Amino acid sequence: MMTSMDESTQTVLEVIRLGSALGDGLLSARYAFDDLILVIAREKILEACRILRDDPALDYRLLLDLCGVDYLKIRTDLRFEVVYHLYSVSRHCRLRLKVPLSAADPVLPSVSSIWEAADWFEREAWDMVGIVFEGHPFLHRILCHHQFEGHALRKDYLINRRHWCDTVWDLEM
Amino acid sequence: MAVVKQGGASGFIKTSLGEIVKWGRRWSLHPYTFATACCGIEVMAYFSSFYDSARFGAEVVRFSPRQADVLLVAGTISHKMIPILKKIYDQMPEPKWVISMGACASSGGMYDNYHVVQGIHKIIPVDVFIPGCPPTPEAIIEGLMAIQRKIDEKDIDHNCGDELLRALEEIEAAHKAGVNW
Repeated sequence: MMTSMDESTQTVLEVIRLGSALGDGLLSARYAFDDLILVIAREKILEACRILRDDPALDYRLLLDLCGVDYLKIRTDLRFEVVYHLYSVSRHCRLRLKVPLSAADPVLPSVSSIWEAADWFEREAWDMVGIVFEGHPFLHRILCHHQFEGHALRKDYLINRRHWCDTVWDLEM
Repeated sequence: MAVVKQGGASGFIKTSLGEIVKWGRRWSLHPYTFATACCGIEVMAYFSSFYDSARFGAEVVRFSPRQADVLLVAGTISHKMIPILKKIYDQMPEPKWVISMGACASSGGMYDNYHVVQGIHKIIPVDVFIPGCPPTPEAIIEGLMAIQRKIDEKDIDHNCGDELLRALEEIEAAHKAGVNW
């Protein structure tokens, strides 16, 4: 079995490589739940993802998950957050990226051009939490129906507010 | 069926047209399963040999609504599924009956939330509700027998034409009045 790098080596390698490329874009780094967490400014997320995928020393070619989080009443300024879970198949290690977003402007660039897998994950984050991914090829609802209003997993969405659906979604619309 | 007299070796039965039609309907129900959740697993047990729905003449499961007359809705119905369920119901030839199986289909069950229909009677007219989460195959048999009893008790034109249209209009009016939630 291949021995994986210890925590300190991974942290130092990735923080240095990414930090030198992003400058102020790398807001903070910490180690939690056996994974490195990098907090990145939304302006730099596209660049950071490209480096993480293409740099052979990092080699995060697999996007495991992407989700939106609503921190209503937990945070005062940056209500939303987008979390990316990356995995390097060659290095056997995971990495978590977090991008904090304000309540007034939950917009950030889409990474679907970097990982195809991001396509549906970003649609889900838009559908459920209402985060807008700029440059997404088809940013429409994926789980809720097309007559749905609002975003169901936002913490201020009433739990039993329902929207009637009486037509089948016409993709030509 | 009112068998009035049975003859000797040649044999004859005296009955009315209504009785014989109802007898035919009762023992040749063609179910269409709309199974969306764990209730579907119990439905499979109900149709297979141990519980043997063939004893009630309802073993021929139709996977086209156009060949079925009992719609067995088994499982959670989300709002996104409303137009699909409605279309399937509309395609079924009359007379048709609907069984709402389990807590989810009958009332939304534990899903009092943003995406689940709080009972399919808010979309289509339902004849029999089967309680349980999920109901046992015996309960489904009881539900089917309730349909048989209903066919027996009601008129021959029961669940046909105007009666169904009226029921659908009532549902539509309730929806427009905003009491469908």
